[in-house]
Amino acid sequence: MAALQPILKIEDLWVSVEGKDILKGVNLTINPGEVHAIMGRNGSGKSTLSYTLMGHPRYHINRGSILFKGEEIGDLTPDERAKKGLALAFQYPVAIPGVSVSNFLRASVKAVRGKEIPVKEFRQELKQQMALLEVKDEFLSRYINDGFSGGEKKRLEILQMTLLKPALAVLDETDSGLDIDALKVVSTGINTLATKETAILLITHYQRILNYVKPDFVHVFQSGQIVKTGGSELSEELEERGYDWVTQELTPSGVA
Amino acid sequence: MAAELRQPQDTSDQFDQIRSIASDYKYGFKDKEDYVFKSGRGLTEEIVRSISAMKNEPEWMLKFRLRALDIFRKKPMPTWGNCQLLNDIDFDNIFYYIKPSEKGEKNWEEVPEGIKQTFDRLGIPEAERKFLAGVTAQYESEVVYHSIREDLEAQGVIFLDMDSGLREHEAIVREHFSTVIPSADNKFAALNSAVWSGGSFIWVPSGVKVEIPLQAYFRINAENMGQFERTLIIAEPGSYVHYIEGCTAPVYSTDSLHSAVVELIAKKGAHIRYTTIQNWSKNVYNLVTKRAVAHEDAKVEWIDGNLGSKLTMKYPAIYLVGQRAHGEVLSVALSGNDQHQDAGAKIIHAAPNTSSTIVSKSISKDGGRASYRGLIKVYPEAKNSKSSVRCDALLLDEASRSDTYPTMEVDEKEVTIEHEATVSKVGEEQLFYLMSRGLTEAEAKAMIVNGFFEPFTKELPLEYAVELNRLIQLEMEGSVG
Repeated sequence: MAALQPILKIEDLWVSVEGKDILKGVNLTINPGEVHAIMGRNGSGKSTLSYTLMGHPRYHINRGSILFKGEEIGDLTPDERAKKGLALAFQYPVAIPGVSVSNFLRASVKAVRGKEIPVKEFRQELKQQMALLEVKDEFLSRYINDGFSGGEKKRLEILQMTLLKPALAVLDETDSGLDIDALKVVSTGINTLATKETAILLITHYQRILNYVKPDFVHVFQSGQIVKTGGSELSEELEERGYDWVTQELTPSGVA
Repeated sequence: MAAELRQPQDTSDQFDQIRSIASDYKYGFKDKEDYVFKSGRGLTEEIVRSISAMKNEPEWMLKFRLRALDIFRKKPMPTWGNCQLLNDIDFDNIFYYIKPSEKGEKNWEEVPEGIKQTFDRLGIPEAERKFLAGVTAQYESEVVYHSIREDLEAQGVIFLDMDSGLREHEAIVREHFSTVIPSADNKFAALNSAVWSGGSFIWVPSGVKVEIPLQAYFRINAENMGQFERTLIIAEPGSYVHYIEGCTAPVYSTDSLHSAVVELIAKKGAHIRYTTIQNWSKNVYNLVTKRAVAHEDAKVEWIDGNLGSKLTMKYPAIYLVGQRAHGEVLSVALSGNDQHQDAGAKIIHAAPNTSSTIVSKSISKDGGRASYRGLIKVYPEAKNSKSSVRCDALLLDEASRSDTYPTMEVDEKEVTIEHEATVSKVGEEQLFYLMSRGLTEAEAKAMIVNGFFEPFTKELPLEYAVELNRLIQLEMEGSVG
């Protein structure tokens, strides 16, 4: 494992949005096939990390580097990053009226794989993944996220991940807003996704999803940094003792 | 009847084809001029007389033309719309009549070689073979080719160029011609009435339903050409026809003028659908008067797509004169650099229980300007009339502009009228989302724009929908980087 080149290596990453520093020195290494969970309070900068990784134009890297498969990607456009094998499942996917899910999926898969996929083959693959995520056929002719429920949006995000088969899938609060049934289905999708070929960076506020998706590493995110890293037992400890426990542990004098 | 339902277009296939096309306007090529007759520049009574004489027209038509010329000369330019561009038109610099060949052919092989090649490049014969019931192809002032499927002819459907229509069916033409749009309607209708040439004449007998579209294709070739086709469609009671027109022209540095008059008459219970994909080059003034009359229980639909031209001013109108008549205008406009699409719709409710829908969607980019200009008029006796107007504008950048000029004149209390207008911008978040899935910025923009136009595109026959999506992608590719 250690001999392999990491999929992602973030070093001392500082990022600002509209002049305000959000990420303040993030360090993170993810090796192929690993499942990492980043946990933290709302506003701790978790989503900024996911947007920065994917290359949102409003997020400015002021310092540090993002190496993806050993290559700096900080200056690449989102589509260039996607083509290198990075994908992001959005916390709040936007609606694109008038564009059907099926057209979009095909265009996207074609763009990322860099070649045409025969219609029949694509259909088959799609049906298989849709069955797994308990997505109905009529989904395909609907417009992207237009009038979708929260659960439907998240399923579509995971469906896209399973089709794009990225080397690293960043899942941004994929569990938020899901009832327990939907959470189970989406977790099944994530577990299918998590293979030797696909590493996962799961960003979440709650421990709940980690009952279904077992991370190899858990990181606690606070004030724009990873402040603590452990195995999956760390998430349980967090669930029990809350984020304040980490804060206190880091500042023994009790001054937060 | 409604348009055939089908799956939304697959846009992903088209990216590759588009990359291979270097220019962003692929119809901009021109042919060498080899004409039977070309008038001098400028408009004179002599030219009007010689057009009429060359066509061997009846005396009443010559008189109609001369009266219209008089009206044209007396009428001032419109004082609304884009006056600056309108006043730039140099009427003395235009060629008003060009006859490209001796006669219109029914056999494609007989069409003069150069012209045939042009239409081949535009894909007209191929389209005819694949999915059309009839075609006319107009080159400059005259129709050089027309055909209609034999089974339709056997049912009595007439589909001719307007000149042949006048020659062969004078009584029908005389009864209906200019009854919907009088010469004095506006300056450009008067101009057309004076120098009209070509266009389509369609007459559908009672109860006959032409299920496959008829198409006309209009091509301007010469520089400073004025094309003034005249179309008249008469749908007898209970009949149906779908007519499609497309238009292109070469790219020149100086202006050409296209000023058509289109009259539709839908008699009791008839249904006319008229689809336009206007893709003139960006040196063409497109000033067109289109109007329909819908009688009792009749239905008229204008499906109007404006992509090209320098300035388009066009407001397809429907006069709902019979009870329960229904009118629909669905239009899209794409306005790029140095373009102004001033388009809209007019619906006149002049009978009880009539209904209408207007949906207008416009996109402005690269400093282009799109205007919606519409009128809903309800006369006092038109009780229980319903109308719904929806205008959506999408701005792709800060330099572009969109305006809405809706007018409502409602003189009857028992009516339901809805109006909704939105202006939006292509969201940064939408672009980011699509780009995060591997689409380039241009592809992402094209996808958003195609989605915005989807309510229009889905009303088109499949082949046209594909073509429209392709054109939009070309425009998007051209606007990035």
